[in-house]
Amino acid sequence: MNELIFFVNKALISGFVIGSIYALGAIGVTLVFGILRFAHFAHGDLMTVGAFVAYVLAAAAAAAGVTAPVPLAVVVLPAVIVVTAVMALGLDRAFYRPLRRAGSPGVVLVMASIGVTLMLQGLIRLFAGPRSREMYFTEPKDIFRIDIPGAASKIVVTEPQLILFVFTLVAVVALHWFLSRSRLGKAMRAVSDNPDLARITGISIETVVRATWIIGGGLAAIAGTMLSLDVTLKPDLSFNILLPIFAATIVGGIGQPYGAIAGGFLVGFSETLAVFNWSVLLRPIARFTDGAFEVPAKLAFVPTEYKLMVPFIILVIVLIWRPTGIFKGRVL
Amino acid sequence: MALLEIRDLTAGYGVMTILKGVNLSLEEGEIGVIVGPNGAGKSTTLKAVFGLNTITGGQILFDGEDITGTPPERLASRRIAFVPQEANVFTTMTVHENLEMGAYARRSDISAVLDHVYSVFPPLKAKRNQPAGELSGGQRQMVAFGRALMIEPRLLLLDEPTAGLSPLFMSEIFDRIIAINKTGVSVAMVEQNAKQALAIAHKGFVLANGMNSFTGTGAELLADEDVARSFLGG
Repeated sequence: MNELIFFVNKALISGFVIGSIYALGAIGVTLVFGILRFAHFAHGDLMTVGAFVAYVLAAAAAAAGVTAPVPLAVVVLPAVIVVTAVMALGLDRAFYRPLRRAGSPGVVLVMASIGVTLMLQGLIRLFAGPRSREMYFTEPKDIFRIDIPGAASKIVVTEPQLILFVFTLVAVVALHWFLSRSRLGKAMRAVSDNPDLARITGISIETVVRATWIIGGGLAAIAGTMLSLDVTLKPDLSFNILLPIFAATIVGGIGQPYGAIAGGFLVGFSETLAVFNWSVLLRPIARFTDGAFEVPAKLAFVPTEYKLMVPFIILVIVLIWRPTGIFKGRVL
Repeated sequence: MALLEIRDLTAGYGVMTILKGVNLSLEEGEIGVIVGPNGAGKSTTLKAVFGLNTITGGQILFDGEDITGTPPERLASRRIAFVPQEANVFTTMTVHENLEMGAYARRSDISAVLDHVYSVFPPLKAKRNQPAGELSGGQRQMVAFGRALMIEPRLLLLDEPTAGLSPLFMSEIFDRIIAINKTGVSVAMVEQNAKQALAIAHKGFVLANGMNSFTGTGAELLADEDVARSFLGG
């Protein structure tokens, strides 16, 4: 029983946490690709920027004497979403739109987004320095321990993790409603499906592009803030998870928002299950079989240091089995 | 005043000029058919009306207003609809969503016009929740037409509406075009099946090498020996 709880804590909960972060990031990447047809490499840093905006606003709120039962970064999150979405629009206006207008091919925009990545990272370090920061100002990180009858250990969930679950659920449901019910959401799918026909039917591509950046930027703000609450805030917070996010996007089927969600969780769970020490679960079985086999002290698929290669193994496996990704995306 | 008036239009794609002075005039309520050999600039003419290529000279007037080079997304609200020859449905969206997108430019209640389109194309109602990409070629063409009708167009531009369809379905499409025209919609179409198309046309325009070579009523063009010899296969 204790071993199972250990499994829930170390594999399921952390898989869900990192899967949610990947999913929120991958939705943005996949929407940008679906509408603008380029891989937006600066998306990770958009998440980091969102987290720093949350830090600044939460610090300001703390200085103003605001107290709340949840972390202040969560209280200011609506404002963070707005600021980050505006920044995403600004990046588009300043760097991507001129290239789009000039009819540049997608690869030029990809290169431009790498430039934007470097610029954002430089700006963050310029203003905030390279050190890590705590996102908690007025209160410590709450940790909930849930008793399971008949077991000594407890299921452990932290407050930001719970909030992340809620936000991810709300974001996914809202996105589904938006894409399947709203006029603008359907127009977005139409532009992704066939941009020329969309224009012919009267859909303004620029309106859809703006909506794309607002949604992508808003979700990046949520993901970045939640990630920084779960770990700590540092300038390379989300750049480090950019590659898994792209793996999740491609695994899910590029341009497919539901695929991005599925891909995010698939990659997230794969990572935590791959580095999980399975001997914890095997040991009771070994005891039960009266020591018929020996269980090594550590038995994981890959050592923790090699965690970053797991998304790519998943990527290769899925693409061999289904070259267009789980949800049959359009790879160019 | 003509509903659609094209004056001395020169247009093409990028630096390539295809139209070298095309004139076309269509009155409200008419069917105009553009015929001619491959590469004559028939589709280019329609696309130029819809702002889909580069116009280098001339003028396009719709209902007396200059619409030369107006971006396509602004034309839907003027109730001009265009059915391209290829990729004319949103394949990943359902039939119903395709029709809804057709009415994107109008913000009013669309249930009446939706009912009307379903009554014109009954097979679509049964398939309303199926992705358009899963339909047969003929049914897709119905979706494309239905999508265009959702704006309740005054002018309907059709680029080779019968391309790739079986002869049986071809005459059905022509019947539908006549029926749509009877409801007051003016139609400008490009067609490879010149004889059938001219038979339903009020006006016919023969293009060759990016210029008008013959213009007249459909019947006149069908009776003209030169036209018959050069373009209608004798």
